[in-house]
Amino acid sequence: MSVLSVTQLSIGYQLSPLEKKVVASGINLTLPKGELVCLLGPNGAGKSTLMRTLSGMQKPLHGSVVLDEVNIHEIPARSLAKKLSVVLTERVEGGLLTAYEVVSLGRYPYTNWSGTLTEHDHAIVTESIRQVGAEELATRTLMELSDGERQKIMMARALAQEPKVMILDEVTAFLDLPRRVEFMRLLRKMAHETNRAVLLSTHDLDLALRSADKIWLLPKGGNLVEGAPEDLVLNGTFQKAFASEGIQFDSATGSFNIHTSLTPRVYLTGSLEVCGWTQRSLERIGLTCTTSQDLASIHVNAEVDGWKVRLNGKETIHKTIYEFINHIKTEAT
Amino acid sequence: MSTMATRPSASHVVPVRLLGAKRIAFFLILLGLIVLFFLLELGIGAVHIPVAEVVKALLGTTESETTSKIITELRLPRTLAAALCGAALGAAGLHLQTLFRNPLAEPWSLGLMAGAQLGVALVVTTASVVGSAVLQKIAFFSHLSIVAGSSLGCIFVLLMMVSISRYVNTITLLIFGLMLGFLSQGLISIILHFTNQSQGKIFAGWNDGSFAGVYWEQLPFLAFFVLIGIAISLMLVKQLNALQLGEKYAATMGMNVKRSRILILCSAVLLTAPVTAYCGPILFLGMIIPHLTRGIFSSGDNKILMPGVLLVGAGIALAADLIVHLPWERHFLHLNAIAAVLGAPVVMYVILRNRKIRSL
Repeated sequence: MSVLSVTQLSIGYQLSPLEKKVVASGINLTLPKGELVCLLGPNGAGKSTLMRTLSGMQKPLHGSVVLDEVNIHEIPARSLAKKLSVVLTERVEGGLLTAYEVVSLGRYPYTNWSGTLTEHDHAIVTESIRQVGAEELATRTLMELSDGERQKIMMARALAQEPKVMILDEVTAFLDLPRRVEFMRLLRKMAHETNRAVLLSTHDLDLALRSADKIWLLPKGGNLVEGAPEDLVLNGTFQKAFASEGIQFDSATGSFNIHTSLTPRVYLTGSLEVCGWTQRSLERIGLTCTTSQDLASIHVNAEVDGWKVRLNGKETIHKTIYEFINHIKTEAT
Repeated sequence: MSTMATRPSASHVVPVRLLGAKRIAFFLILLGLIVLFFLLELGIGAVHIPVAEVVKALLGTTESETTSKIITELRLPRTLAAALCGAALGAAGLHLQTLFRNPLAEPWSLGLMAGAQLGVALVVTTASVVGSAVLQKIAFFSHLSIVAGSSLGCIFVLLMMVSISRYVNTITLLIFGLMLGFLSQGLISIILHFTNQSQGKIFAGWNDGSFAGVYWEQLPFLAFFVLIGIAISLMLVKQLNALQLGEKYAATMGMNVKRSRILILCSAVLLTAPVTAYCGPILFLGMIIPHLTRGIFSSGDNKILMPGVLLVGAGIALAADLIVHLPWERHFLHLNAIAAVLGAPVVMYVILRNRKIRSL
């Protein structure tokens, strides 16, 4: 069942009463309950504009965003905040507020004029903090927290709003890889356990492909496509959306490769781990590996104690990848 | 989402209680200090009056008529003005620091006081040139027009600063505010050229803030506007808290950002304009009071900070005025001299400690 839906939506900016800049149009979407949806797309395709439009922060040029059968722009701010919460990319300052106080700001639409928390509010704040696993941060001030910890607290705050829909705009952008993986797991848990609709826009294709129940893919030009990650990979939508010079989406591994149709090719042998890293170093300078000895003009045997290279009829041995790569760079080009 | 509420809460998430014993104690200590400074202010001066006499005079049971006169006619309005202005400047500083998200923002540094002064200067000179002698004679209107002129100048500068703050960083904004200060000082001196002596009197010593110019005649006007400003401030604590996360977040949590901004700006004007109109520009207090309050209560919650700045503000202003009026042998100390000695180091400290500002 969907909570948020749009039909024939045009997004963009009204520059003046007569002039508008359409970023994308003809968008039809439904955001289902209990699922994690990831919005992907190249830069400049209008991801942020779409996120802002869906969260009611910006008006659509055409069409409407419908939340719980009501047009989102007709819902009063306070009622909207009880249904939909937002986490943004920007780093919050928050001064001397403690993490607990920040999370309790999520009760804003529920509390009285002075913002006094009831027992019930306290229970929800505590539970929200527990859900994101930030118990030990509760009494610290926001100032003392790292970027990842801050985003966790902002997420707990969004949870404390008890929304049906959570919209998160590139919240993992400033985090390191382990933290990003942790956040994705957390978002999945939020969607699945509490039956919320969770929408995340991200640049992290790899993680999105692994974690999302559904992908919204917004290519430049705005023909939004949705589907399970695997569907989009198999039917080639992904490759098309990210097709650009020098970059190739590899549907076998589900990751991007730097475009490498250039000769010469390398026939690589050696121990598995060393080969993996050697291949990466070769790809970095634009060389592909091949499994056929005949196609290759460079032969490399990679072992922990050294790299044996046969190139232009000469054989050399190198102690480090750095030396090895420099040799190939000068000899092969 | 009732599932969330019914689940037992994690044992180690213990919220800091809003009003713990420590905070209550601080509030009581502050109140005690205010009463102490208040009585000292009434007793100390060129004529020393013991505290017992002061209390008697306040209760109207003193035998000495001069004592009674000194206290009720001279010192009491000044002391009340000091307490009111201190509270007003503290609250105005807290509003501006939160709204501009700038730890150095305050009525003076943002140029609001300069605008207010210029407003008063324009009103007074216009009145003298146009010759509205009738208006002048009706004290009530003349007071209202001074406060109105002051407010208009204040509003004008505030709107300017709000729009500029979108394009410039923290420090640039402050430099802009200081420049506005110089500009208005210059304009005021030029305006003074065109006024007669008696009109010009109102500006005497206007480069200095002082609570001594407030008598019973002025006090009701000062108090009326400041108390309204304080009342609005106390009703805005929830909005101020949400604004600490930025306007975007505040909006997504259900706050009416436009209305809250207008209310905050209104109370900043109500708190600044009458103070400037009657006491002149008082430097630094508006900035140091919020910082001091945050330090004392170690809290960023405006439910604590707002009442806190009122008390700390009243206390600091009374203490500063007390130092000014100690029976110095040679001459008067200026209020702004004390304010600067207290305030300038705080500014330097804030700049050095704040990574964001330091790197600008």
